[in-house]
Amino acid sequence: MSDFWSWFIIVIVVINLLGCGGLLLWNNQISAEEAAKETTGHSFDGIQERNAPLPRWWLFLFIGTLIFSAVYLVLYPGFGKFDGVLGWTSDNQYQKEVAVMEKSTGPLFEQYGQVAIEELVEYPEALAVGGRLFANNCAICHGSDARGAKGYPNLADDDWLYGGEPDQIVTSITKGRKAAMPPMAAAIGNTDEAVRDMALYVQSLSRPDLAKDSQKAAAIERAKPKFAMCAACHGQDAKGNIMMGAPNLTDTTWLYGPRVEDIEYTIRHGRSGHMPPHESLLSKERIHVIAAYVYSLSQGANSAE
Amino acid sequence: MSNAHEVVEKNVGLMIVLTLIAVSFGGLAEIVPLFWQKATTEPLETLEPYTALEMEGRDIYIREGCHVCHTQMVRPLRAETERFGAYSVAGEDVWEHPFLWGSKRTGPDLARVGLRPITEQWHREHLRDPRQVVPESNMPAYPWLQETPVDWDLTERKLSVFKNAFGVPYTDEGIAEQMSKVNGEWANATEEDALVAYLLSLGQERKEAVQ
Repeated sequence: MSDFWSWFIIVIVVINLLGCGGLLLWNNQISAEEAAKETTGHSFDGIQERNAPLPRWWLFLFIGTLIFSAVYLVLYPGFGKFDGVLGWTSDNQYQKEVAVMEKSTGPLFEQYGQVAIEELVEYPEALAVGGRLFANNCAICHGSDARGAKGYPNLADDDWLYGGEPDQIVTSITKGRKAAMPPMAAAIGNTDEAVRDMALYVQSLSRPDLAKDSQKAAAIERAKPKFAMCAACHGQDAKGNIMMGAPNLTDTTWLYGPRVEDIEYTIRHGRSGHMPPHESLLSKERIHVIAAYVYSLSQGANSAE
Repeated sequence: MSNAHEVVEKNVGLMIVLTLIAVSFGGLAEIVPLFWQKATTEPLETLEPYTALEMEGRDIYIREGCHVCHTQMVRPLRAETERFGAYSVAGEDVWEHPFLWGSKRTGPDLARVGLRPITEQWHREHLRDPRQVVPESNMPAYPWLQETPVDWDLTERKLSVFKNAFGVPYTDEGIAEQMSKVNGEWANATEEDALVAYLLSLGQERKEAVQ
């Protein structure tokens, strides 16, 4: 702040305080007894309006505000460039707030960070912390119940695209994951029929009952040899590959929907699910605690089954 | 005691003048100096002017009233910086005309939404049908944005108004470059493309400040 603006503010503040004080004194020249005799000359229905001074309580309240403002301007910034003897700023108040929280949670996170995730799931407080971190950072895509949405994996089951072991979960959160299912229509024949056949074949992997329909059975037979194109990622047995996040096609978990139309869309256009990396946003310890929370969800899924 | 106060009480014109003087002190001391403070008039070094696409996205943000439910102002409170990112400073809004701080948080603050680990795809799905990705959301859906092409008629004028009237450091060449993109890669851009580009640009100037 330049000297000009500093003095500009100081002059206004001083004029204000002196002005208020002066008005107060001027108003208080008369005692209540004298005022009782003096009227303004107004009379309404026989009621006389007196030229009374301010009520005492109001007067003292006003003096109180003047004293308060003087004390405030000494303690806090406000009097031009003067920073106030307390040295308060909104930033250092914020930094203090952060430091206080860091002091109480820092050791806690450090302590959690030293416990292996397999064991950390036995600490209810750690999981509660992880749950809140999850709500703030992960729920926007994976849902507040961690059950995901179309295109966003369910984390509460025990089916994993990139592996469900603790260190695999930590890697997924820290480094992020990028799926790259390319459009496959051209590779398998590029006709509507070929795509439909393949979609039916993929669906039949988890639904053997489809083969009972002779028309569908024929389509499945037609597509079967072409699945070699898909096996590079999904495996000969179609059970997927966690190295590249290729999903298991033989189970009933469908990230993009179980209908033939959904599978057709995937074959035609490919899919590119993207889990962003979090290493620049969350400390290692926090990721550790979130991973424990996520891990605990799938452990629960196991025991419930 | 004198009856001098009678003069003020019986003379409305004088009373108005004195009242105006009395109420102007606060503004004079607290607001007027801000117009000349570096903290409020100098942009952050990391601040980048909006591209033409982001500028149109911003106008769609205003048109659809996003600022009615979303703030763009992170206060210096731990609970807020923990959730949204670094707190807002005046230097990041120097080129905002009008500023979009908002005043009510029905939805979350968006000042740092471009820094959140949210993919472009998520933004699109969320704009089309918020409840598909966030079941608890009460945000309205904006499905028409993906089908409506951006209206580029006024874009060039907007950029030059921001350059000439508001002092945003666009150059004539820069505007020409933006307009060639408008006629090239963005020619068929939808309003959704523009809005998502704007959302992803939010907070980029504070990338380094995020804990």
